[in-house]
Amino acid sequence: MNKAKFGVVVFPGSNCDHDAYNVLKHELNQDTQYLWHKDSSIGNRNVIVIPGGFSYGDYLRCGAIARFSAIMKDIVRFADNGGIVMGICNGFQIVCEAGLLPGVLLRNANLKFVCRNVTLNIENKNTIFTKAYNGNLNLNQITVPVAHAEGNYFCEEDTLKELEENNRIIFRYADNPNGSLKNIAGIISKNGNVMGMMPHPERASEKIIDGNDGRHIFESVIQSLN
Amino acid sequence: MYSSRIKITLRKSILDPQGKAVEHSIESLGFKNVKDTRIGKYIELKLDAASEDEAKKITEEVCKKLLANPVMEDYEYEIFNLNGNTGK
Repeated sequence: MNKAKFGVVVFPGSNCDHDAYNVLKHELNQDTQYLWHKDSSIGNRNVIVIPGGFSYGDYLRCGAIARFSAIMKDIVRFADNGGIVMGICNGFQIVCEAGLLPGVLLRNANLKFVCRNVTLNIENKNTIFTKAYNGNLNLNQITVPVAHAEGNYFCEEDTLKELEENNRIIFRYADNPNGSLKNIAGIISKNGNVMGMMPHPERASEKIIDGNDGRHIFESVIQSLN
Repeated sequence: MYSSRIKITLRKSILDPQGKAVEHSIESLGFKNVKDTRIGKYIELKLDAASEDEAKKITEEVCKKLLANPVMEDYEYEIFNLNGNTGK
């Protein structure tokens, strides 16, 4: 029986919302709804996906304006109470701006928008978001696409130390596409309930579109709730 | 009425690749004495405040909350009195 109720947030400028919805609803057969940025409540949703795109045109800084939207207030409350939040690409930038995860995503070191498949090393398989890579699957590396111009993760030295000591860096690039600190591609919060990653698992969740390595991230969350 | 003129730049410890690219371009134009180039943002606010102190307080708060991200950016600002010569 499925207990997961996914909410996919839609901001003006989101463009991976439909991809995420499609994977969750039609590939994984999950109870999934969109959440409009002006909604003040996430309702009965128990997993929030903040998708990629260019919320508010990336004006000022990526994620800076989305962070103050009505829905984000409730998402921060939800996350503070242990609720599961996944920030993908622009969603990662938004959860960092909102203070749910530490650090910031800087402009790519080579100033280019990078759009290609990358190999990720799974650094921690004992999280809500990666547990499905254990067991029969037993994957240590996955291939998923990135598509961003601001994915160069940066944080202070003491924050980095804290992330490393507590296994909060869950994905690292095997071949760093953006200059991110210590090849960081994805991290989790102290309590492990909030995850942010620059690569797009929702674009690698169906065999028909060249690989489904990313699908297991969503499956991990579903497993965690059941 | 007051005006805040805000400058936001990447913190000194953070590499500014855009600044570097422009710096190389300046150099290739023959300006050998330009040693460092940093690129930032300029933001102007028009404020209805009772005093310069209040205008400063509001500007500070807006910078902290929204305009700059302290993990990567520094900000500085100047306040101008738009009603003539009562302020500094």
